[in-house]
Amino acid sequence: MAEAIGAQSIQFSQPPYILSSASVVGTKEGEGPLGELFDVVGADDKFGEESWEEAESTLQKEAATLAFGKADLAKEDVRYIFGGDLLGQNIATTFGLMELGIPLFGLYGACSTAGEALILASMAVAGGYADNVLAVTSSHFASAEKQFRFPLEYANQRPLSSTWTVTGSGAFVLGAKRGNVRVAGATPGKAVDYGVKDSMNMGAAMAPAACDTIYRNLVDFGRKPEDYDKIVTGDLGTVGREILLGLLKEKGFDISDVHMDCGIEIYDSKEQNTNAGGSGCGCSAVTLSAAILPKLEHGAYRRVLFVPTGALLSTVSFNEGQSVPGIAHGVVLEYAGE
Amino acid sequence: MAQESKVQKEAKNQRYQEYVKQVTPTHPLPVNMLKAFVTGGVICTIGQAILDFAENSYGLDPDAAGAWCSMTLVFLSVLLTGLNIYPLAADWGGAGALVPITGFANSVAAPAIEFQKEGQVFGIGCKIFTIAGPVILYGIFTSWLLGIAYWAARSFGWI
Repeated sequence: MAEAIGAQSIQFSQPPYILSSASVVGTKEGEGPLGELFDVVGADDKFGEESWEEAESTLQKEAATLAFGKADLAKEDVRYIFGGDLLGQNIATTFGLMELGIPLFGLYGACSTAGEALILASMAVAGGYADNVLAVTSSHFASAEKQFRFPLEYANQRPLSSTWTVTGSGAFVLGAKRGNVRVAGATPGKAVDYGVKDSMNMGAAMAPAACDTIYRNLVDFGRKPEDYDKIVTGDLGTVGREILLGLLKEKGFDISDVHMDCGIEIYDSKEQNTNAGGSGCGCSAVTLSAAILPKLEHGAYRRVLFVPTGALLSTVSFNEGQSVPGIAHGVVLEYAGE
Repeated sequence: MAQESKVQKEAKNQRYQEYVKQVTPTHPLPVNMLKAFVTGGVICTIGQAILDFAENSYGLDPDAAGAWCSMTLVFLSVLLTGLNIYPLAADWGGAGALVPITGFANSVAAPAIEFQKEGQVFGIGCKIFTIAGPVILYGIFTSWLLGIAYWAARSFGWI
């Protein structure tokens, strides 16, 4: 059975394994520094669909199907899906995964949903409620812009602290059967609000939450930053990264040597005009699948703390003058080969 | 753990926001102003050229030439919006591309393109003025206020 440790962490005594993963991305991500690592790069960002929302649904379905194939599982072998996206009422997830006919938990944790899905999926397997489950998240630049900001063709100037929503979906099959990567533990995060009101500076809104979760993880597990080969945040971007390093230093931890941010890795900010970096719940998911898990599978990394970060705002809360709280969920991934 | 008081929390948030302000990069103002000046200047020069052309080559009176100038600029802006070129101009030129009539045209055309998928009524119909709406509403409201002020001033014989 799983064990609760520290104030808010979990250490699985029978850890679930990540049996396979898949990443499907759009053209801009395909042209980025990680371009060659992704499983599928779409020829155009509509993925053969009529609308951006349907395109995002297709992204999820493709990623899920690909992950099943890689794990050599039929969809009947997968008992539950934990999935989410950024759109209102999770429509990308529902419409994308409905056809699979697998019981579905729709999740919303803004861009931290990849972490939320992985933790809940791990708990389901570790608790013996399922042999195989799927965790999947997606985001799409065009559907996110339409929902949270302006129509795509609207001419405006993006602030340097703004981030670019990643078009992509990452899917992960978790199971009780032994694989090369295990989910050793987790630190679910709290919603943390430092009163940031600028929705175009999400790195600053999320950095305190990332700091809180990473700090909690290190304390709960009694670890130092060096005990991790990488501490990977989701989409803080360059501004958020600087703040996170500063905040953690104040609390006595220097993670600058091991820190990495998926949002910074996924784009070449100068060449691709993405300002502070990538964001969205596809950002951390596809980077984990394409760039981090392969290294864990071969033992190049022995232990990684994966911390997707989310900014919990809606256009309504923003227009009503509320601040932008952040949330971050920590997942401890370990090499389990030998 | 003791709960921090409201005052402590506000002080902490205040400190954090000052820190955020320090580390957040912004577009350099003089460069931005120069780019806006150039972009806005180019758009207005094109407008002037259309105006001159209409007056000199077609012999239109200044009012008619002005109307043709506005219509041509709006048409060009909508066309460039549809081809996704206008946003590039604004990304570089900022307010220089937003303030002229072409920016206004863009702000109406962009939602029309984006929300077409949601239907003629609930999509285009309801959402076409999501960006331009406030400008139209408060523009009309302000001119109404000024109209009343003008009427009052004339009635009292002030002007």
